[in-house]
Amino acid sequence: MLDLLNGFVQELRNAGLPVSLTENLDAMEAIQHIPIEDRDAFKYALGATLIKNNSHWRAFETVFEVYFSLRGPEYKLAEGDESDLDELWREMQEQQQQGEGQGGGGAMDALTPEEIAQMLMQALLNGDQAMMRALAKQSVQRFAGMEPGRPVGGTYYLYRTLRNLDLDGMLDKLMEQTAQQAQGGELTHLEQRLEHDEFEHRIEQFKQEIEAEIRRRLVADRGVEAMAKTLRKPLPEDVEFMHASRDEMQSLKKALQPLTRKLAARLARKRRHGRKGPLDFRNTVRHSLSYGGVPAEPKFKYPRPAKPELMVVADISGSVAAFARFTLMLVYAISGQFSKVRSFVFIDGIDEVTEYFRATEDIQEAIHRVNTEADVVWVDGHSDYGHAFEVFWERYGKDIGPKTTVLLLGDARNNYHASQAWVVKEIRQRARHVYWLNPEPKSYWNTGDSIVSDYGVHTDGVYECRNLRQLEGFVEKLT
Amino acid sequence: MAAEVANRFESVQQVRDGLKSVNYLADDGISGVAFLADRLGKPVLVEGPAGVGKTQLAKSIAEMTGSRLIRLQCYEGLDESRALYEWNYKKQLLRIQADKNSDSWSEVHDDIFSEEFLLTRPLLEAIRASDPVVLLIDEVDRVEVETEALLLEILSDYQVSIPELGTIEATQIPLVFLTSNNTRELSEALKRRCLYLHVDYPTMEREKEIVLTKVPEITEHLADQIARIVRSIRMLDLKKSPSVSETLDWARTLLLLNIETIDEATAKETLHILLKYQTDILKATKELSVE
Repeated sequence: MLDLLNGFVQELRNAGLPVSLTENLDAMEAIQHIPIEDRDAFKYALGATLIKNNSHWRAFETVFEVYFSLRGPEYKLAEGDESDLDELWREMQEQQQQGEGQGGGGAMDALTPEEIAQMLMQALLNGDQAMMRALAKQSVQRFAGMEPGRPVGGTYYLYRTLRNLDLDGMLDKLMEQTAQQAQGGELTHLEQRLEHDEFEHRIEQFKQEIEAEIRRRLVADRGVEAMAKTLRKPLPEDVEFMHASRDEMQSLKKALQPLTRKLAARLARKRRHGRKGPLDFRNTVRHSLSYGGVPAEPKFKYPRPAKPELMVVADISGSVAAFARFTLMLVYAISGQFSKVRSFVFIDGIDEVTEYFRATEDIQEAIHRVNTEADVVWVDGHSDYGHAFEVFWERYGKDIGPKTTVLLLGDARNNYHASQAWVVKEIRQRARHVYWLNPEPKSYWNTGDSIVSDYGVHTDGVYECRNLRQLEGFVEKLT
Repeated sequence: MAAEVANRFESVQQVRDGLKSVNYLADDGISGVAFLADRLGKPVLVEGPAGVGKTQLAKSIAEMTGSRLIRLQCYEGLDESRALYEWNYKKQLLRIQADKNSDSWSEVHDDIFSEEFLLTRPLLEAIRASDPVVLLIDEVDRVEVETEALLLEILSDYQVSIPELGTIEATQIPLVFLTSNNTRELSEALKRRCLYLHVDYPTMEREKEIVLTKVPEITEHLADQIARIVRSIRMLDLKKSPSVSETLDWARTLLLLNIETIDEATAKETLHILLKYQTDILKATKELSVE
């Protein structure tokens, strides 16, 4: 048990979760108070002692599942119950020998795929949890075609299983069926919507069951450590903008919201508590009353420094679009910290998009408009920093003043066009600060057609911003 | 450790049942962590979106165990004299002036720094209490990072050091709950000393139960509908999702209006109780009425 827990904590650390020694000890103590056969309680005990940040919970759950899910149907955690693992393993081998689809035992194995689909639909319709679990197991066994020792990731098996089940079609059929069952014929839109959400929720549950089942089998095949390694994913704040998958994008978006809230709170505080100003005579006298007229507690006025103006100039061509989007979202979410924010986007032409953000409170919608409506193509729609900067200088250069901070976003991959770096130099002479944010890793800078240092020498600094953590760090510095 | 850990709870199930008896429906995580907090003698840091019952949890635990609830509301600028203790200057001044001539200086000096002149603030009060107490430190994320340090001694050792008096140790270990709305990252030192509990929006089934418990006159059918609509709304991308308390407000409103089944028109008219931003309301109406 101790070994197991140690391995578990080790894996958490490998996954990037900060687990301190005290927390580890706490976890050890905590599980002594928990009835060991209660798996949920066990999980929460570990979670409460080891995980101190909600965004880490997903990662924790995955590791927990790998380490503790296989410990038998009654989830015994005592030693010497590797037997279940072995059993599953044997089952898989047997199946292997007998060929797929005709594994021995179990009433369900005799069913045709159509019957399974029918049963699944019934289970989803009634929300029958036990049935769904059994079906998940069955469909993985049947459709995933898992072979021991094959070095394929779990997503491949998931894809194979889901392809055979056609869950999207199932959703439509379910909706039809409820529409038929409804008394008085037609469902109202509201009811329809609710039913739709309900079924979506159930199907999502079912998918998770399948995923868990595949994972269980993979662990049985490859062993705990190897499996934990393949499942290891970067935490949301460490995901790279340039290579994020769709799922990761979603989690990034989710992580962004609390982050901006924190950032705004911190910045507002920093502004107020930066330095102490001159003596506030009135306030001091007021407080001296509690000391019998002795001004024992001097009070000061807090200075209110002027907020900077911000101009964001972002490259939104394919590869760096995600980065530009996130930076714009972040900047606008904390726009209260700046007296004015103006934003420009370019590919080879440049367009001002400030208006999109002003028109609506919904940042997502504004971003959507930036992507669809902004006029950023001049010739061929390949990045041309030189031309974009030139036009920027011509049209908006006069608006840059000594209070303005200019942010240039992009990877400076200029497709071998002229760099026109003099524009950046001019901007710097007029503006308070000019910064360049580059979403590429530092080692890629100035390779190929990247000319970031041509521009970089004229700025106050070029920063690598590959993930949320770095972006957050920069923005905090900015104000 | 200053005092023995007294076991208030027998099992996780008991915590859950107890909470239910005071109308607080806990899930596995909540009751499990509350149970552990008692056993390990550790504070609980409760985080989660606004209005999911973080503060209510502490109140309910206090009610269930029959303890006194001592609450420290945190705010920016909270300091030692508001959180821990303060010397009663005015009384000290009076004491010195009252018998200027009779006592020797050293006597007065010792005298004015005795417990008589000490004003206890919530944290010290919780430590000194002889009856069972639950200490609630509300919205701990509002204080500055430096002020957080004030809490560390009391959270890890359950003691308060007063330079003039010495260390005051707890006579019994209180159950401590800290709540946070996550407006800033709390310091590692604070987090390390606490058990962590994240309370999220309840699942649909639990929300329905909550509505049924808190609004007893409501019909099951209506409660079910409410829970389902609220879940659908929470899935949208909104500025602020409806909280549990807003769900309850909505349920009460519908009850007052004598509505038995929610149709589109009623939903539209009463949506402003669930959602507080105009853009959110527009979005939700759009989403819920037409596919």
